[in-house]
Amino acid sequence: MATPYQERKLRDTTLNPGDQPYFDAAAEGRLMLKKCSDCGEYHHYPRSLCPHCFSDKVEWVQAKGTGEIYTYSVMRRGTPVPYCIAYVTLDEGVRMMTNIVDCDLDTIRIGQRVKVVFRKTEGGVSVPVFAPA
Amino acid sequence: MSIKGKAYIVGAYEHPLRKAPDKSVAQLHAECAKGAIEDAGLTKDDIDGCFCAGDSPGANVWSMANYMNLKLRHVDSTDMGGCSYLVHVAHAAQAIAAGKCNVALITLAGRPNSEGSSGTQVRERGVNLPDAPYEMPYSPVTVNLYAMAAMRHMYEYGTTSEQLAWVKVAASHHAQHNPNAMLRNVVTVEDVINSPMISDPLHRLDCCVVTDGGGAVIVARPEIAKSLKRPLVKITGAGETTKGQMGGKLDLAYSGAVWTGPRAFEEAGVKPADIKYASIYDSFTITVVMQLEDLGFCRKGEGGKFVADGNLISGAGKLPFNTDGGGLCNNHPANRGGMTKVIEAVRQLRGEAHPAVQVKNCGLALAHGTGGSLGHRHGSATLIMERE
Repeated sequence: MATPYQERKLRDTTLNPGDQPYFDAAAEGRLMLKKCSDCGEYHHYPRSLCPHCFSDKVEWVQAKGTGEIYTYSVMRRGTPVPYCIAYVTLDEGVRMMTNIVDCDLDTIRIGQRVKVVFRKTEGGVSVPVFAPA
Repeated sequence: MSIKGKAYIVGAYEHPLRKAPDKSVAQLHAECAKGAIEDAGLTKDDIDGCFCAGDSPGANVWSMANYMNLKLRHVDSTDMGGCSYLVHVAHAAQAIAAGKCNVALITLAGRPNSEGSSGTQVRERGVNLPDAPYEMPYSPVTVNLYAMAAMRHMYEYGTTSEQLAWVKVAASHHAQHNPNAMLRNVVTVEDVINSPMISDPLHRLDCCVVTDGGGAVIVARPEIAKSLKRPLVKITGAGETTKGQMGGKLDLAYSGAVWTGPRAFEEAGVKPADIKYASIYDSFTITVVMQLEDLGFCRKGEGGKFVADGNLISGAGKLPFNTDGGGLCNNHPANRGGMTKVIEAVRQLRGEAHPAVQVKNCGLALAHGTGGSLGHRHGSATLIMERE
Protein backbone atom coordinates (compact mmCIF):
# COMPACT_ATOMS: atom_id res chain seq x y z
CA MET A 1 0.00 0.00 0.00
CA ALA A 2 1.24 3.44 -0.85
CA THR A 3 -0.15 6.95 -0.75
CA PRO A 4 1.65 8.87 -3.49
CA TYR A 5 1.92 12.63 -3.00
CA GLN A 6 -0.52 14.58 -5.16
CA GLU A 7 -0.42 18.30 -5.85
CA ARG A 8 -3.31 20.15 -4.22
CA LYS A 9 -4.65 23.65 -3.96
CA LEU A 10 -2.91 25.62 -1.21
CA ARG A 11 -5.03 28.17 0.58
CA ASP A 12 -4.32 31.89 0.42
CA THR A 13 -4.48 34.18 3.39
CA THR A 14 -4.25 37.93 3.76
CA LEU A 15 -0.74 38.97 4.67
CA ASN A 16 -0.23 41.37 7.53
CA PRO A 17 2.12 44.35 7.42
CA GLY A 18 5.64 42.95 7.87
CA ASP A 19 4.97 39.56 6.24
CA GLN A 20 5.91 40.46 2.66
CA PRO A 21 9.73 39.97 2.84
CA TYR A 22 9.28 36.32 3.91
CA PHE A 23 7.08 35.56 0.91
CA ASP A 24 9.18 37.65 -1.51
CA ALA A 25 12.21 35.58 -0.48
CA ALA A 26 10.19 32.37 -0.84
CA ALA A 27 9.39 33.40 -4.43
CA GLU A 28 13.16 33.48 -5.01
CA GLY A 29 13.65 30.06 -3.41
CA ARG A 30 14.92 31.24 -0.03
CA LEU A 31 13.55 30.34 3.41
CA MET A 32 13.91 33.23 5.84
CA LEU A 33 13.89 33.30 9.64
CA LYS A 34 13.92 36.14 12.09
CA LYS A 35 16.92 36.31 14.41
CA CYS A 36 17.34 38.58 17.42
CA SER A 37 20.58 40.59 17.53
CA ASP A 38 20.23 41.08 21.28
CA CYS A 39 19.65 37.55 22.59
CA GLY A 40 20.83 35.69 19.49
CA GLU A 41 17.75 33.46 19.28
CA TYR A 42 15.94 32.55 16.08
CA HIS A 43 12.16 32.52 16.10
CA HIS A 44 9.24 31.50 13.89
CA TYR A 45 6.64 32.61 12.78
CA PRO A 46 8.35 35.96 12.17
CA ARG A 47 7.51 38.84 14.50
CA SER A 48 8.55 42.47 14.86
CA LEU A 49 9.56 41.87 18.50
CA CYS A 50 11.66 38.91 19.65
CA PRO A 51 9.27 36.51 21.47
CA HIS A 52 12.12 35.43 23.74
CA CYS A 53 13.59 38.76 25.01
CA PHE A 54 11.14 41.29 23.51
CA SER A 55 13.92 43.22 21.79
CA ASP A 56 12.95 45.07 18.61
CA LYS A 57 16.36 44.30 17.08
CA VAL A 58 15.19 41.37 15.01
CA GLU A 59 16.44 40.82 11.48
CA TRP A 60 15.78 38.50 8.57
CA VAL A 61 18.40 35.82 7.97
CA GLN A 62 18.37 33.04 5.41
CA ALA A 63 17.86 29.56 6.83
CA LYS A 64 19.86 26.60 5.52
CA GLY A 65 16.56 25.03 4.48
CA THR A 66 17.29 21.65 6.01
CA GLY A 67 15.96 19.91 9.08
CA GLU A 68 14.10 16.90 10.41
CA ILE A 69 10.47 15.98 10.92
CA TYR A 70 9.34 16.66 14.52
CA THR A 71 5.83 15.32 14.02
CA TYR A 72 3.37 14.81 11.16
CA SER A 73 -0.03 13.46 10.22
CA VAL A 74 -1.38 12.27 6.89
CA MET A 75 -4.92 13.58 6.44
CA ARG A 76 -6.85 10.82 4.67
CA ARG A 77 -10.56 11.69 4.93
CA GLY A 78 -12.61 14.81 4.32
CA THR A 79 -10.03 16.16 1.88
CA PRO A 80 -9.97 16.05 -1.95
CA VAL A 81 -6.51 14.42 -1.88
CA PRO A 82 -4.47 13.06 1.04
CA TYR A 83 -1.85 15.47 2.37
CA CYS A 84 0.76 15.47 5.09
CA ILE A 85 0.86 18.29 7.64
CA ALA A 86 4.02 18.40 9.76
CA TYR A 87 6.25 20.39 12.02
CA VAL A 88 9.87 20.40 10.90
CA THR A 89 12.76 21.23 13.25
CA LEU A 90 15.09 23.36 11.17
CA ASP A 91 18.82 22.96 11.66
CA GLU A 92 18.74 26.46 13.19
CA GLY A 93 16.63 24.94 16.00
CA VAL A 94 13.18 26.38 15.40
CA ARG A 95 10.10 24.33 14.52
CA MET A 96 7.74 25.40 11.74
CA MET A 97 4.44 24.10 10.44
CA THR A 98 4.58 22.86 6.87
CA ASN A 99 3.56 20.13 4.44
CA ILE A 100 5.70 17.17 3.38
CA VAL A 101 5.67 16.66 -0.40
CA ASP A 102 7.18 14.63 -3.24
CA CYS A 103 7.18 11.20 -1.60
CA ASP A 104 5.00 8.22 -0.69
CA LEU A 105 3.12 9.73 2.27
CA ASP A 106 3.04 6.29 3.96
CA THR A 107 6.83 6.31 4.31
CA ILE A 108 7.08 9.57 6.29
CA ARG A 109 8.62 9.18 9.76
CA ILE A 110 9.49 11.35 12.75
CA GLY A 111 13.22 12.14 12.65
CA GLN A 112 13.39 11.92 8.86
CA ARG A 113 15.76 14.43 7.19
CA VAL A 114 14.02 16.91 4.88
CA LYS A 115 14.91 19.91 2.72
CA VAL A 116 12.88 22.91 1.72
CA VAL A 117 11.18 23.21 -1.67
CA PHE A 118 8.55 25.73 -2.69
CA ARG A 119 4.97 25.56 -3.94
CA LYS A 120 2.58 28.28 -5.00
CA THR A 121 -0.81 28.95 -3.43
CA GLU A 122 -3.88 29.38 -5.62
CA GLY A 123 -3.19 33.12 -5.61
CA GLY A 124 0.46 32.63 -6.67
CA VAL A 125 2.17 33.21 -3.32
CA SER A 126 5.24 30.99 -2.83
CA VAL A 127 5.31 29.03 0.42
CA PRO A 128 7.95 26.69 1.82
CA VAL A 129 7.18 22.96 2.04
CA PHE A 130 9.58 20.10 2.65
CA ALA A 131 10.62 16.96 0.78
CA PRO A 132 12.80 14.05 1.90
CA ALA A 133 16.47 15.10 1.77
CA MET B 1 -7.42 36.17 47.34
CA SER B 2 -8.52 32.58 46.93
CA ILE B 3 -11.89 31.53 45.48
CA LYS B 4 -11.99 28.49 47.75
CA GLY B 5 -15.45 28.25 49.29
CA LYS B 6 -16.49 31.68 48.01
CA ALA B 7 -19.05 30.41 45.49
CA TYR B 8 -21.21 27.38 44.68
CA ILE B 9 -22.62 25.88 41.50
CA VAL B 10 -26.35 25.97 42.20
CA GLY B 11 -27.86 25.21 38.80
CA ALA B 12 -26.90 22.99 35.85
CA TYR B 13 -28.73 22.04 32.69
CA GLU B 14 -27.75 20.16 29.54
CA HIS B 15 -29.99 20.66 26.51
CA PRO B 16 -31.49 17.27 25.58
CA LEU B 17 -31.27 17.80 21.80
CA ARG B 18 -28.27 16.76 19.71
CA LYS B 19 -29.74 18.08 16.45
CA ALA B 20 -31.82 21.27 16.48
CA PRO B 21 -32.25 22.55 12.91
CA ASP B 22 -35.42 24.47 13.76
CA LYS B 23 -34.09 26.39 16.76
CA SER B 24 -31.96 29.53 16.65
CA VAL B 25 -28.68 29.63 18.56
CA ALA B 26 -30.10 32.43 20.73
CA GLN B 27 -33.15 30.29 21.51
CA LEU B 28 -30.88 27.39 22.53
CA HIS B 29 -28.88 29.71 24.84
CA ALA B 30 -32.10 30.93 26.44
CA GLU B 31 -33.56 27.43 26.81
CA CYS B 32 -30.36 26.33 28.56
CA ALA B 33 -30.50 29.39 30.82
CA LYS B 34 -34.13 28.65 31.71
CA GLY B 35 -33.27 25.02 32.46
CA ALA B 36 -30.42 25.96 34.80
CA ILE B 37 -32.44 28.70 36.54
CA GLU B 38 -35.27 26.22 37.19
CA ASP B 39 -32.83 23.54 38.29
CA ALA B 40 -31.47 25.97 40.90
CA GLY B 41 -34.91 27.08 42.05
CA LEU B 42 -34.16 30.70 41.15
CA THR B 43 -35.86 33.19 38.83
CA LYS B 44 -34.48 35.17 35.91
CA ASP B 45 -34.58 38.34 38.00
CA ASP B 46 -32.06 36.79 40.42
CA ILE B 47 -29.37 36.81 37.70
CA ASP B 48 -26.99 39.76 38.05
CA GLY B 49 -23.90 38.37 36.32
CA CYS B 50 -23.76 36.93 32.79
CA PHE B 51 -21.08 35.03 30.90
CA CYS B 52 -21.04 34.13 27.18
CA ALA B 53 -17.99 33.16 25.12
CA GLY B 54 -17.06 34.62 21.74
CA ASP B 55 -19.06 32.07 19.77
CA SER B 56 -22.36 33.36 21.19
CA PRO B 57 -24.55 35.46 18.90
CA GLY B 58 -22.86 38.80 18.35
CA ALA B 59 -19.55 37.42 19.70
CA ASN B 60 -20.25 39.24 22.93
CA VAL B 61 -22.37 38.79 26.03
CA TRP B 62 -24.61 41.79 25.28
CA SER B 63 -26.63 40.06 22.53
CA MET B 64 -27.77 37.23 24.79
CA ALA B 65 -28.19 39.55 27.79
CA ASN B 66 -30.50 41.61 25.57
CA TYR B 67 -32.39 38.54 24.25
CA MET B 68 -33.05 37.35 27.80
CA ASN B 69 -33.64 40.94 29.01
CA LEU B 70 -31.26 40.63 31.95
CA LYS B 71 -30.35 43.43 34.32
CA LEU B 72 -26.65 42.94 35.07
CA ARG B 73 -23.88 44.32 37.17
CA HIS B 74 -21.15 41.92 36.08
CA VAL B 75 -20.42 40.80 32.49
CA ASP B 76 -17.74 38.61 30.93
CA SER B 77 -17.25 37.56 27.28
CA THR B 78 -14.00 35.66 27.82
CA ASP B 79 -13.32 33.19 25.01
CA MET B 80 -10.98 30.26 25.52
CA GLY B 81 -12.56 27.96 22.94
CA GLY B 82 -14.02 24.78 24.37
CA CYS B 83 -12.70 25.36 27.88
CA SER B 84 -14.30 28.83 28.14
CA TYR B 85 -17.02 27.55 30.47
CA LEU B 86 -14.58 26.22 33.06
CA VAL B 87 -12.86 29.61 32.97
CA HIS B 88 -16.27 31.29 33.32
CA VAL B 89 -17.05 29.31 36.47
CA ALA B 90 -13.74 30.39 38.00
CA HIS B 91 -14.23 34.02 36.92
CA ALA B 92 -17.78 33.97 38.31
CA ALA B 93 -16.41 32.74 41.64
CA GLN B 94 -13.83 35.56 41.57
CA ALA B 95 -16.53 38.14 40.80
CA ILE B 96 -18.73 36.83 43.60
CA ALA B 97 -15.80 36.79 46.04
CA ALA B 98 -15.07 40.41 45.09
CA GLY B 99 -18.70 41.42 45.65
CA LYS B 100 -19.33 42.22 41.98
CA CYS B 101 -22.38 39.95 41.59
CA ASN B 102 -24.48 37.42 43.50
CA VAL B 103 -25.82 35.00 40.88
CA ALA B 104 -23.90 34.40 37.64
CA LEU B 105 -25.40 32.70 34.59
CA ILE B 106 -23.06 30.94 32.14
CA THR B 107 -24.50 29.65 28.84
CA LEU B 108 -23.26 27.80 25.77
CA ALA B 109 -25.19 26.87 22.64
CA GLY B 110 -24.58 26.12 18.98
CA ARG B 111 -25.69 24.13 15.96
CA PRO B 112 -22.62 22.65 14.24
CA ASN B 113 -24.49 19.41 13.53
CA SER B 114 -27.22 21.20 11.58
CA GLU B 115 -24.73 23.55 9.97
CA GLY B 116 -22.52 20.73 8.66
CA SER B 117 -19.39 21.51 10.70
CA SER B 118 -16.57 18.96 10.57
CA GLY B 119 -13.20 18.63 12.25
CA THR B 120 -11.74 17.77 8.84
CA GLN B 121 -12.44 21.22 7.40
CA VAL B 122 -10.41 24.42 7.68
CA ARG B 123 -12.22 26.89 9.93
CA GLU B 124 -12.35 30.58 9.09
CA ARG B 125 -10.60 32.29 11.96
CA GLY B 126 -11.01 35.97 11.14
CA VAL B 127 -8.51 38.63 10.11
CA ASN B 128 -5.30 40.08 11.55
CA LEU B 129 -4.06 36.70 12.79
CA PRO B 130 -0.26 36.84 12.99
CA ASP B 131 0.12 33.09 12.51
CA ALA B 132 -2.28 32.60 9.58
CA PRO B 133 0.09 33.34 6.66
CA TYR B 134 2.55 30.77 8.07
CA GLU B 135 -0.05 28.06 8.69
CA MET B 136 -3.20 28.29 6.59
CA PRO B 137 -1.56 27.24 3.27
CA TYR B 138 -0.77 23.89 4.94
CA SER B 139 -4.45 23.16 5.80
CA PRO B 140 -4.30 22.69 9.56
CA VAL B 141 -7.71 21.40 10.72
CA THR B 142 -8.88 20.30 14.14
CA VAL B 143 -8.23 16.60 13.64
CA ASN B 144 -4.78 16.78 12.01
CA LEU B 145 -3.51 19.22 14.63
CA TYR B 146 -4.48 16.86 17.46
CA ALA B 147 -3.16 13.98 15.36
CA MET B 148 0.29 15.60 15.30
CA ALA B 149 0.23 15.76 19.11
CA ALA B 150 -0.80 12.09 19.20
CA MET B 151 1.94 11.09 16.75
CA ARG B 152 4.58 12.82 18.85
CA HIS B 153 3.23 11.26 22.07
CA MET B 154 3.47 7.82 20.50
CA TYR B 155 7.04 8.55 19.38
CA GLU B 156 8.24 9.88 22.74
CA TYR B 157 6.41 7.50 25.07
CA GLY B 158 5.42 4.44 23.07
CA THR B 159 1.69 5.16 23.43
CA THR B 160 -0.33 2.83 21.20
CA SER B 161 -3.57 3.10 19.21
CA GLU B 162 -5.00 0.33 21.40
CA GLN B 163 -4.35 2.40 24.52
CA LEU B 164 -6.00 5.48 22.97
CA ALA B 165 -8.96 3.29 21.98
CA TRP B 166 -9.59 2.44 25.65
CA VAL B 167 -10.64 6.06 26.25
CA LYS B 168 -13.44 5.69 23.70
CA VAL B 169 -14.36 2.25 25.02
CA ALA B 170 -14.79 3.66 28.54
CA ALA B 171 -16.87 6.60 27.28
CA SER B 172 -19.13 4.21 25.36
CA HIS B 173 -19.68 2.09 28.46
CA HIS B 174 -21.04 5.22 30.16
CA ALA B 175 -23.03 6.51 27.17
CA GLN B 176 -25.13 3.34 26.97
CA HIS B 177 -26.94 4.56 30.10
CA ASN B 178 -27.58 8.09 28.80
CA PRO B 179 -30.83 8.24 26.79
CA ASN B 180 -29.83 11.59 25.27
CA ALA B 181 -26.36 10.47 24.15
CA MET B 182 -25.59 10.81 20.43
CA LEU B 183 -23.85 7.40 20.35
CA ARG B 184 -25.12 4.76 22.80
CA ASN B 185 -23.51 1.61 21.43
CA VAL B 186 -20.79 0.01 23.53
CA VAL B 187 -17.66 -0.33 21.40
CA THR B 188 -14.49 -2.42 21.71
CA VAL B 189 -10.82 -1.59 21.21
CA GLU B 190 -11.05 -3.46 17.90
CA ASP B 191 -14.02 -1.35 16.81
CA VAL B 192 -11.96 1.81 17.36
CA ILE B 193 -8.79 0.71 15.61
CA ASN B 194 -10.75 -0.82 12.72
CA SER B 195 -12.76 2.38 12.16
CA PRO B 196 -11.57 4.48 9.20
CA MET B 197 -8.29 6.36 9.62
CA ILE B 198 -9.09 10.07 9.48
CA SER B 199 -5.66 11.58 10.10
CA ASP B 200 -2.81 9.32 11.25
CA PRO B 201 -2.94 8.05 14.01
CA LEU B 202 -6.52 9.11 14.82
CA HIS B 203 -9.40 6.93 13.63
CA ARG B 204 -13.00 8.01 13.31
CA LEU B 205 -13.81 6.59 16.75
CA ASP B 206 -10.91 8.52 18.32
CA CYS B 207 -12.87 11.70 17.49
CA CYS B 208 -15.70 13.35 19.41
CA VAL B 209 -19.23 13.79 18.09
CA VAL B 210 -20.50 16.97 16.42
CA THR B 211 -23.76 18.06 18.08
CA ASP B 212 -26.23 20.91 18.34
CA GLY B 213 -27.53 22.01 21.71
CA GLY B 214 -25.76 23.46 24.69
CA GLY B 215 -25.87 23.86 28.42
CA ALA B 216 -25.83 26.32 31.27
CA VAL B 217 -24.64 26.55 34.86
CA ILE B 218 -25.36 29.05 37.61
CA VAL B 219 -22.80 30.13 40.20
CA ALA B 220 -23.99 31.86 43.37
CA ARG B 221 -22.65 33.24 46.62
CA PRO B 222 -22.70 30.89 49.66
CA GLU B 223 -25.68 32.48 51.46
CA ILE B 224 -27.83 32.12 48.35
CA ALA B 225 -26.64 28.55 47.65
CA LYS B 226 -27.51 27.54 51.21
CA SER B 227 -31.01 29.07 50.90
CA LEU B 228 -31.83 26.81 47.93
CA LYS B 229 -33.06 23.22 48.10
CA ARG B 230 -30.29 21.69 45.96
CA PRO B 231 -27.24 19.71 47.14
CA LEU B 232 -24.29 22.05 47.73
CA VAL B 233 -21.47 21.98 45.16
CA LYS B 234 -18.67 24.22 46.37
CA ILE B 235 -15.92 25.59 44.10
CA THR B 236 -12.58 25.05 45.81
CA GLY B 237 -9.84 25.55 43.23
CA ALA B 238 -9.16 26.68 39.68
CA GLY B 239 -6.36 27.28 37.21
CA GLU B 240 -6.22 28.77 33.72
CA THR B 241 -3.54 29.40 31.13
CA THR B 242 -2.65 29.34 27.45
CA LYS B 243 0.10 27.39 25.73
CA GLY B 244 1.43 28.04 22.24
CA GLN B 245 4.35 27.41 19.94
CA MET B 246 6.81 29.33 22.11
CA GLY B 247 8.36 31.31 19.29
CA GLY B 248 9.43 28.14 17.50
CA LYS B 249 10.49 26.15 20.59
CA LEU B 250 7.36 24.08 20.13
CA ASP B 251 6.85 21.07 22.42
CA LEU B 252 3.68 19.08 21.71
CA ALA B 253 4.36 16.45 24.37
CA TYR B 254 2.50 18.30 27.11
CA SER B 255 -0.46 20.64 27.55
CA GLY B 256 -1.25 23.70 29.64
CA ALA B 257 -2.64 21.33 32.27
CA VAL B 258 0.91 21.06 33.66
CA TRP B 259 0.41 24.62 34.92
CA THR B 260 -3.35 24.76 35.66
CA GLY B 261 -3.51 21.44 37.49
CA PRO B 262 -0.98 22.19 40.25
CA ARG B 263 -2.49 25.67 40.83
CA ALA B 264 -6.01 24.28 41.16
CA PHE B 265 -4.92 21.42 43.44
CA GLU B 266 -2.94 23.82 45.63
CA GLU B 267 -5.87 26.23 45.96
CA ALA B 268 -8.25 23.40 46.81
CA GLY B 269 -5.74 21.79 49.17
CA VAL B 270 -6.14 18.34 47.61
CA LYS B 271 -4.12 15.90 45.48
CA PRO B 272 -4.97 14.01 42.28
CA ALA B 273 -5.32 10.81 44.32
CA ASP B 274 -8.15 12.42 46.32
CA ILE B 275 -10.35 12.97 43.23
CA LYS B 276 -13.35 10.60 43.09
CA TYR B 277 -14.61 11.63 39.66
CA ALA B 278 -12.98 13.50 36.75
CA SER B 279 -14.54 15.23 33.75
CA ILE B 280 -11.69 15.29 31.24
CA TYR B 281 -11.99 17.12 27.93
CA ASP B 282 -12.30 14.51 25.22
CA SER B 283 -12.23 16.20 21.83
CA PHE B 284 -10.07 13.22 20.86
CA THR B 285 -8.80 10.19 22.76
CA ILE B 286 -5.27 11.63 22.86
CA THR B 287 -6.59 14.76 24.60
CA VAL B 288 -7.64 12.64 27.59
CA VAL B 289 -4.34 10.76 27.81
CA MET B 290 -2.23 13.91 27.76
CA GLN B 291 -4.40 15.82 30.23
CA LEU B 292 -4.47 12.94 32.73
CA GLU B 293 -0.67 12.86 32.68
CA ASP B 294 -0.30 16.62 32.89
CA LEU B 295 -2.79 16.90 35.77
CA GLY B 296 -0.75 14.34 37.70
CA PHE B 297 -3.13 11.35 37.70
CA CYS B 298 -0.19 9.30 36.44
CA ARG B 299 3.44 9.90 35.51
CA LYS B 300 4.26 11.70 32.26
CA GLY B 301 4.29 9.23 29.38
CA GLU B 302 2.25 6.62 31.27
CA GLY B 303 -1.17 7.95 30.26
CA GLY B 304 -1.61 5.19 27.72
CA LYS B 305 -1.08 2.49 30.34
CA PHE B 306 -3.25 4.41 32.81
CA VAL B 307 -6.34 4.50 30.56
CA ALA B 308 -6.02 0.89 29.35
CA ASP B 309 -8.07 -2.07 30.52
CA GLY B 310 -11.10 -0.06 31.58
CA ASN B 311 -9.41 2.07 34.22
CA LEU B 312 -11.70 5.02 33.36
CA ILE B 313 -14.96 3.02 33.55
CA SER B 314 -17.18 3.87 36.52
CA GLY B 315 -17.45 0.92 38.90
CA ALA B 316 -14.60 -0.96 37.23
CA GLY B 317 -11.59 1.37 37.07
CA LYS B 318 -9.71 3.59 39.48
CA LEU B 319 -10.67 6.94 37.93
CA PRO B 320 -14.26 7.16 36.66
CA PHE B 321 -14.37 9.80 33.92
CA ASN B 322 -17.02 11.42 31.70
CA THR B 323 -19.87 9.32 33.04
CA ASP B 324 -22.36 11.02 30.69
CA GLY B 325 -20.47 9.48 27.75
CA GLY B 326 -18.38 12.63 27.25
CA GLY B 327 -17.71 14.38 24.00
CA LEU B 328 -16.69 11.08 22.44
CA CYS B 329 -20.19 9.57 22.75
CA ASN B 330 -22.70 11.87 24.40
CA ASN B 331 -22.44 15.52 23.44
CA HIS B 332 -19.97 18.15 22.22
CA PRO B 333 -22.38 21.05 21.67
CA ALA B 334 -21.14 23.95 19.55
CA ASN B 335 -17.82 22.06 19.14
CA ARG B 336 -17.10 23.09 22.73
CA GLY B 337 -16.97 20.42 25.41
CA GLY B 338 -16.24 22.46 28.53
CA MET B 339 -19.82 23.11 29.60
CA THR B 340 -20.83 19.45 29.65
CA LYS B 341 -17.67 18.69 31.64
CA VAL B 342 -18.86 20.99 34.43
CA ILE B 343 -22.45 19.71 34.25
CA GLU B 344 -21.56 16.01 34.66
CA ALA B 345 -19.22 16.83 37.57
CA VAL B 346 -22.12 18.66 39.25
CA ARG B 347 -24.40 15.65 38.66
CA GLN B 348 -21.81 13.34 40.23
CA LEU B 349 -21.32 15.56 43.29
CA ARG B 350 -25.08 15.86 43.76
CA GLY B 351 -25.51 12.09 43.41
CA GLU B 352 -27.71 12.71 40.37
CA ALA B 353 -25.71 10.87 37.71
CA HIS B 354 -27.32 7.78 36.17
CA PRO B 355 -27.37 5.07 38.89
CA ALA B 356 -25.33 2.75 36.67
CA VAL B 357 -22.45 5.24 36.56
CA GLN B 358 -22.88 7.20 39.80
CA VAL B 359 -19.64 7.16 41.82
CA LYS B 360 -20.26 6.13 45.42
CA ASN B 361 -19.66 8.85 48.02
CA CYS B 362 -18.56 11.27 45.34
CA GLY B 363 -17.36 14.17 47.46
CA LEU B 364 -14.60 15.61 45.30
CA ALA B 365 -14.55 16.12 41.54
CA LEU B 366 -12.29 17.71 38.97
CA ALA B 367 -13.20 19.12 35.56
CA HIS B 368 -10.54 20.02 33.05
CA GLY B 369 -10.77 21.49 29.57
CA THR B 370 -8.60 22.25 26.57
CA GLY B 371 -9.80 24.88 24.09
CA GLY B 372 -8.28 25.50 20.67
CA SER B 373 -5.81 22.83 19.66
CA LEU B 374 -3.04 20.85 21.32
CA GLY B 375 -1.33 21.05 17.90
CA HIS B 376 -0.67 24.80 17.89
CA ARG B 377 -2.36 27.07 20.46
CA HIS B 378 -4.68 26.17 23.27
CA GLY B 379 -6.29 27.33 26.45
CA SER B 380 -6.34 25.11 29.54
CA ALA B 381 -8.63 25.33 32.52
CA THR B 382 -8.97 23.19 35.64
CA LEU B 383 -11.77 23.35 38.19
CA ILE B 384 -12.05 21.48 41.48
CA MET B 385 -15.41 21.13 43.20
CA GLU B 386 -16.48 19.58 46.49
CA ARG B 387 -19.77 18.29 47.84
CA GLU B 388 -20.59 20.06 51.10
